[in-house]
Amino acid sequence: MATFKFELVSPERILFSGDVVSVIIPSVEGEVTVLAGHAPFVATLKAGIVFVQTTDQNGKEFFVNGGLVEVNQTSTTILAEQGRFIEDVDTAVLDAEILTAETRLAGSHSDEDKKRLQETLVQLREFKHVFEQRKAA
Amino acid sequence: MPSLKDLRNRIASVKATQKITKAMQMVAAAKLRRAQSAAEAARPYAERMETVLANLASGVSGSSAPRLIAGTGSDKVHLLLVLTAERGLCGAFNSSIARLARDKANALKAEGKTVKIICVGKKGYDILRRQFASEIIEFIDLREFKQVGFVNAETVAQNVLTRFGNGEFDVATLFFSKFRSVIAQIPTAQRIIPAEIPEGTKQSDAVYDYEPDEGEILEALLPRNLTVQILRGLLENAASEQGARMSAMDSATRNAGEMIKKQTQLYNRSRQAMITKELIEIISGAEAL
Repeated sequence: MATFKFELVSPERILFSGDVVSVIIPSVEGEVTVLAGHAPFVATLKAGIVFVQTTDQNGKEFFVNGGLVEVNQTSTTILAEQGRFIEDVDTAVLDAEILTAETRLAGSHSDEDKKRLQETLVQLREFKHVFEQRKAA
Repeated sequence: MPSLKDLRNRIASVKATQKITKAMQMVAAAKLRRAQSAAEAARPYAERMETVLANLASGVSGSSAPRLIAGTGSDKVHLLLVLTAERGLCGAFNSSIARLARDKANALKAEGKTVKIICVGKKGYDILRRQFASEIIEFIDLREFKQVGFVNAETVAQNVLTRFGNGEFDVATLFFSKFRSVIAQIPTAQRIIPAEIPEGTKQSDAVYDYEPDEGEILEALLPRNLTVQILRGLLENAASEQGARMSAMDSATRNAGEMIKKQTQLYNRSRQAMITKELIEIISGAEAL
């Protein structure tokens, strides 16, 4: 199976680095699946789950919140503003994130910031909903 | 010839100093470990960011390119952003960063350019103030923060971006000290506006599709890159400072030890000489009877 190099980095650490078969990315305009040989593109991310399929048919999941993905001929890189292993995410973590976004929204002054934070907040709430449903299933 | 009491006092005071330098060294060593891992953890993100930027930059050169990457088209006014420590007693750490910035400022002035300086950290401000009092436009104090973090970098970046937006300068350069090891810290100058693309970081020259669109992505990415680069500067600096302090205090402790050894020897010699002298006086007194 054709593979490509994939890296997921957050400001604090490298969460994943290695050869993968496919990656599903939550871009702002919808989920994108990247396979080897994908056309180069750049997209911004929303809050959601990155699903990584490694060569041994194992799946790995990560939670990301905001950031950017770059796909070129040889490699794919996600620069996440926030990233965690899915095992480290629970409702409490998401609630904390939502609270942070809310306080920042209340404290922001420029319209641009407000718009951006509002979007983040909507994404986070949406993701929390999805996350809870997933857990229930 | 100093009296025995003088010598004793001197030895006691050097011993006290040695205790202080020893303690400072151990504190620096403990802090270094944390600062070093923070600096090293921040490296991959900053490096990937540079690579992504390098890949994108080739596609956006031209008149439509954002000013943060293409520059304002002139290089009349230079901004030097000098990151130093808040505290001294760390060897040549602060002065070597300040010297690099001073040399750069002098070179730019000799070329007839205007220089503006923003100092982050008190020590650099104290050194540069002597020569460049009129050029320093701001001094940012981070003393109240025990551990510099993303928030601090964001504040500094916002400040720089606002000034850039107001057209206060054309080119910005960041001065900090790169942490190589405990004994090697390298004072570094890095151009941040327009974003400097280091040789060899570019991996592809593909034409990218953008989602949502090019302008929006670069608008979000470029200020973020600035913050990340400043954060890296601050973290590298924090590690370098502790490393420099550790080795400076280590050699201070060693010097104090040597001094104590010499002084103790001198003290013992003069004590012995005095006893011998007294004995001679007693014996010759007894003989005279």
